[in-house]
Amino acid sequence: MSRINIELPGLDLKNPIMPASGCFGFGREYAQLYDLSKLGAIMIKATTLETRRGNPTPRVAETSAGMLNAIGLQNPGIEKVMGEELKFLEGYDVPIIANVAGTEVADYVEVAERISKAPNVKALELNISCPNVKCGGIQFGTDPQTAKELTQAVKAVSSVPVYVKLSPNVTSIVDIAKAVEEGGADGITMINTLVGMRLDERTGKPVIANGTGGLSGPAVKPVAIRMVYEVYKAVNIPIIGMGGVTCAQDVIDFMSAGASAVAVGTANFVDHFVCPTIIDELPAKLDALGVEHISEIIGRSHR
Amino acid sequence: MIRQEKMTVVAQVQIATNIFELTLQGQLVQDMTPGQFVHVKVSDTFEPLLRRPISIANVDKEKNEFTMIYRAEGRGTQFLATNREGQIVDVLGPLGNGFPVDAAQPGQTALLVGGGIGVPPLQELSKQLNARGVKTIHVLGFQSEDVCFYEEQFSALGDTYYATVDGSKGTKGFVTTVFDDVKPQFDLFYSCGPMPMLRALEQYYPEKEGYLSFEERMGCGIGACFACVCDTTDKHEKDYVKVCSDGPVFPKGVVAL
Ligand SMILES: Cc1cc2nc3c(=O)[nH]c(=O)nc-3n(C[C@H](O)[C@H](O)[C@H](O)COP(=O)(O)OP(=O)(O)OC[C@H]3O[C@@H](n4cnc5c(N)ncnc54)[C@H](O)[C@@H]3O)c2cc1C
Ligand SMILES: Cc1cc2nc3c(=O)[nH]c(=O)nc-3n(C[C@H](O)[C@H](O)[C@H](O)COP(=O)(O)O)c2cc1C
Ligand code: FES
Repeated sequence: MSRINIELPGLDLKNPIMPASGCFGFGREYAQLYDLSKLGAIMIKATTLETRRGNPTPRVAETSAGMLNAIGLQNPGIEKVMGEELKFLEGYDVPIIANVAGTEVADYVEVAERISKAPNVKALELNISCPNVKCGGIQFGTDPQTAKELTQAVKAVSSVPVYVKLSPNVTSIVDIAKAVEEGGADGITMINTLVGMRLDERTGKPVIANGTGGLSGPAVKPVAIRMVYEVYKAVNIPIIGMGGVTCAQDVIDFMSAGASAVAVGTANFVDHFVCPTIIDELPAKLDALGVEHISEIIGRSHR
Repeated sequence: MIRQEKMTVVAQVQIATNIFELTLQGQLVQDMTPGQFVHVKVSDTFEPLLRRPISIANVDKEKNEFTMIYRAEGRGTQFLATNREGQIVDVLGPLGNGFPVDAAQPGQTALLVGGGIGVPPLQELSKQLNARGVKTIHVLGFQSEDVCFYEEQFSALGDTYYATVDGSKGTKGFVTTVFDDVKPQFDLFYSCGPMPMLRALEQYYPEKEGYLSFEERMGCGIGACFACVCDTTDKHEKDYVKVCSDGPVFPKGVVAL
């Protein structure tokens, strides 16, 4: 019997490890490196109604133990994502969590309704937290009432459970978490990136063409852990935690704070095999903790 | 096939001011073609975090070795320069699509134009072109003489001309100054270097077939993160290309300059 499987709304996970949205494309590239069926799930790149071109380059900048990105939700649009990318992923035994983005309620709703009907999409991840686009995304994620209404609207049309991805760029993440729970969210994914800026040493101007970018990587882990810890206490829906995960111990930390599963983002750029490596390391971690099944550690910080 | 491999340092030599030649040994050498690159993890801590893209400069498949030539400038490449013989370096590669050696027919002449740290990938390209019976002319641009490298290697393969910004070696000026002086006769060109150089080259020889290698800041290096996209010209069927996985080499006229 598996010691690391996890059951969540819509998701029957072989293990709690999944690549985070935007850090794994639609899986094709990493499929050259290892068998995607090994993963607990895959969070695909944000999908919008129309093709998005994204921001000018440079779109990334390295920072201390982290990076900034301002990709700008570049994606080929729902038509191509469903027709080509999700079809490709059907070749693997892995549930897909579709990251849905938009500029107004109507296009969130349309993308959610359509993409939730794809056979391998087992859950939606409502992206109300992208800091890198001028309109759409983050303004839905910073006001509790707006977040709740969008969640309700998407819940009403989705054929699969809806997880809402929270932004850390708010005064009280707990208020947003409670609001989306009231709006009917089946789960929460957190955190998206923290808005930041890096300056060029010579010119004194921002390195990233967009000016600001979203900070990710090991540098953000303490912030993410704190937020998961707080939200776990405040809501009764499951949390998929992320932010700076690079190893099995980080996974244990997130689950201890209250996450039921864990996503890995930036670390996929540094060690392209990080997800399968972590999965293989988990049983030994459980042995060291004297735990039989990984679900026993969820929320242990609070006990 | 792309591999992530712990490669062994065979040698690390400083060959010009701040310019290092690093020779590594490992299996992934077997799949390398000129113009491809590797994504190098320079430290096993989070500092610096991201891999560094570096071109493949020389390939020796019999010995399972390849060399890269890089400028130790920022913190990542400076870290890389501290590696010594016998140490291990984590390398992902080979990545991207290199220069099409087959585009040049035996008996033809190819013009190879390099600028600064864009020069290294032209070394393996020139070797392979010459092995195919293609004549090569090299026009290499550098900031100044002290950062020039591989003079002997290029000279052994074909006529080699230099341009330096301060005039300390070869013609004073840019590679285009050499074109004016020498008026090279050739059938097609290959180039790697800074954007202004690539732009000038496209404008200089609008009627010639040519292949250009681009640089862009990278995250994943394999096509997944959309960090390295470039806009394309109207002639191309796609709106954008990714330097890491669609490139870094593109036929001229694809990337909007
Ligand atoms: C396909 C490709 C091939 C390359 N081949 C070579 C080569 O053969 N020799 C060589 O010396 N250099 C090469 N470069 C440039 C090399 O990647 C950068 O000089 C290097 O990444 C700078 O790292 P750093 O630690 O010195 O600088 P830092 O300032 O510490 O770098 C910070 C961040 O910016 C990125 N960055 C900075 N400059 C560049 C640049 N010019 N291109 C892409 N990313 C950059 C770094 O990768 C890192 O993520 C190549 C770049 C690309 C894209
Ligand atoms: C290059 C890049 C692109 C991203 N794109 C998206 C995206 O399209 N949608 C989204 O919800 N989050 C996106 N994110 C955020 C990640 O999914 C994740 O929430 C964040 O990076 C924190 O995790 P990490 O520290 O493990 O990277 C992106 C992150 C990076 C680094
Ligand atoms: S570096 Fe990630 S797509 Fe090119």
